Amino acid sequence: MHPAPSVIIFTSLSGLGFGLLFWLGLGQPAPTGWVGFGFFFIAYALAVGGLMASAFHLGHPERALKAFTQWRSSWLSREAVAAVATLVTMGIYAALLVFAGIHVAPLGWIGAVGCLATVLTTSMIYAQMKTVPRWRHWSTPALFLALSLGGGALLSNNGWAALVLLTVAAVLQLVAWFTGDTRLARSGTDIGTATGLGGRGAVRQFEPPHTGTNYLLREFVHVVGRRHAQSLRVISFGLAFVLPVLVLALGLTHVTAAIAVLSHLAGVFALRWLFFAQAEHVVGFYYDKR
Amino acid sequence: MTSLPSHTDKKLGLVIDLDTCVGCHACVIACKGWNTENYGAPLADTDAYGAKPEGSFLNRVHSYEVQPETGAAQLVHFPKSCLHCDDAPCVTVCPTGASYKRVEDGIVLVNETDCIGCGLCAWACPYGAREMDPVEQVMKKCTLCVDRIYNENIPEVDRQPACVRTCPAGARHFGDLADPNSAVSQLVAERGGMDLMPEQGTKPVNKYLPPRPKDEVPEFDVLGPYLEPVAETGTGFVAWLDKTLSALPGGAK
Repeated sequence: MHPAPSVIIFTSLSGLGFGLLFWLGLGQPAPTGWVGFGFFFIAYALAVGGLMASAFHLGHPERALKAFTQWRSSWLSREAVAAVATLVTMGIYAALLVFAGIHVAPLGWIGAVGCLATVLTTSMIYAQMKTVPRWRHWSTPALFLALSLGGGALLSNNGWAALVLLTVAAVLQLVAWFTGDTRLARSGTDIGTATGLGGRGAVRQFEPPHTGTNYLLREFVHVVGRRHAQSLRVISFGLAFVLPVLVLALGLTHVTAAIAVLSHLAGVFALRWLFFAQAEHVVGFYYDKR
Repeated sequence: MTSLPSHTDKKLGLVIDLDTCVGCHACVIACKGWNTENYGAPLADTDAYGAKPEGSFLNRVHSYEVQPETGAAQLVHFPKSCLHCDDAPCVTVCPTGASYKRVEDGIVLVNETDCIGCGLCAWACPYGAREMDPVEQVMKKCTLCVDRIYNENIPEVDRQPACVRTCPAGARHFGDLADPNSAVSQLVAERGGMDLMPEQGTKPVNKYLPPRPKDEVPEFDVLGPYLEPVAETGTGFVAWLDKTLSALPGGAK
């Protein structure tokens, strides 16, 4: 799959933003005044910034309001509804907390559940794709949630929670990689079933249908850069999990916390790039490419 | 509405004969022509006369080589367009309701004025049947020429999809696959029509007829008897000539 920067930025930033909002909604912490403003500003900048980036991915962003209508059937529509409902709920909670010093705990809990729902719906957009066997697995939503909550815990200074959740996320990431690498081969789809000719012999592409490229090849058959995937896996794993967990285990100061957050964010960006770049869409079989 | 109908009255679709298709790409061009001038946004090209031309097409012809365990390889031309699946994953993922499957005839269409161009329907399609138009930025797909098949302003003979009407080999057939007595259904039954990627669970309406087995003719050379040597050893002048020529450098031994 083509690793579009807009989608990588969107899933990474809004995942972190909603993760931070989750902890703020739980009241861990429940800051008031300027400190509270700072916390909520960062959370909203990440969450809304991510959503704005995703709008750049659209061919017709001016029609985006229509995307709120099909929540009965579409995970993308559910995500849009969940994101806006959560941001509105948490906005009211934040305004009361920051400007009036009133902590309406149940409203925060509702918002926290909304954060989980938003991240879950985002991950289900990918996990639902039968056409991308690597993504169609329980580890996709589990990893998205663990990364979001772990990153949020890191940002909200919940050291122990961050330590546990980032460790869980690291294990889930390994599960996703090791099971995902063979899932396309195990899916039963190959050039033989794609063409229906597999029973007759070995099928290979003789001539492509067009000499130039097209939308399908650009969007779904991303081969460039996979060469460096293994080294990028090691780097991203170190940045997203190992370094932050080490820093957390040694104890947080303002400086080390900043290092942990920046390292984690860089790692998540790289992980998301791999999430898309390494995902193979079955349409590639028609072009005899992965 | 992006939920799929529980039942469609008809299942209009194509039956594509892989045995007959000669790979001429006439269906590709007829499709591009009709769908650029009629229903919806035109199918755009970018850099059409430049170094990197590309464009959106609703129908493309692949070519595959099948190598059996024994015997000669076979070349199969393989036209591919939307299969108008009964369980179309492209429809249910649509966040705006722009993609829908018609109850009356099962055709899967895109309402282009509702399409936000998110591309998720193309992600969900295992067949690569949907392409984003590079100029209009809306999703384009085969309409089964919905503006031809019911069009009373054109002669009855033309009320078929443009690809079917133009195919010079008669490799494409159009009809109602829900009616077991229709010509297309009988063709599918007779020739063992198959689904593409059945394991994806999309229940495609379009069917593909597999190539017929090749005849196995015993090896026989019609010219063979006439090319047999008349005499293994000559006599007289011919024998001398044969010997002399063979003795020359490079001569046949």
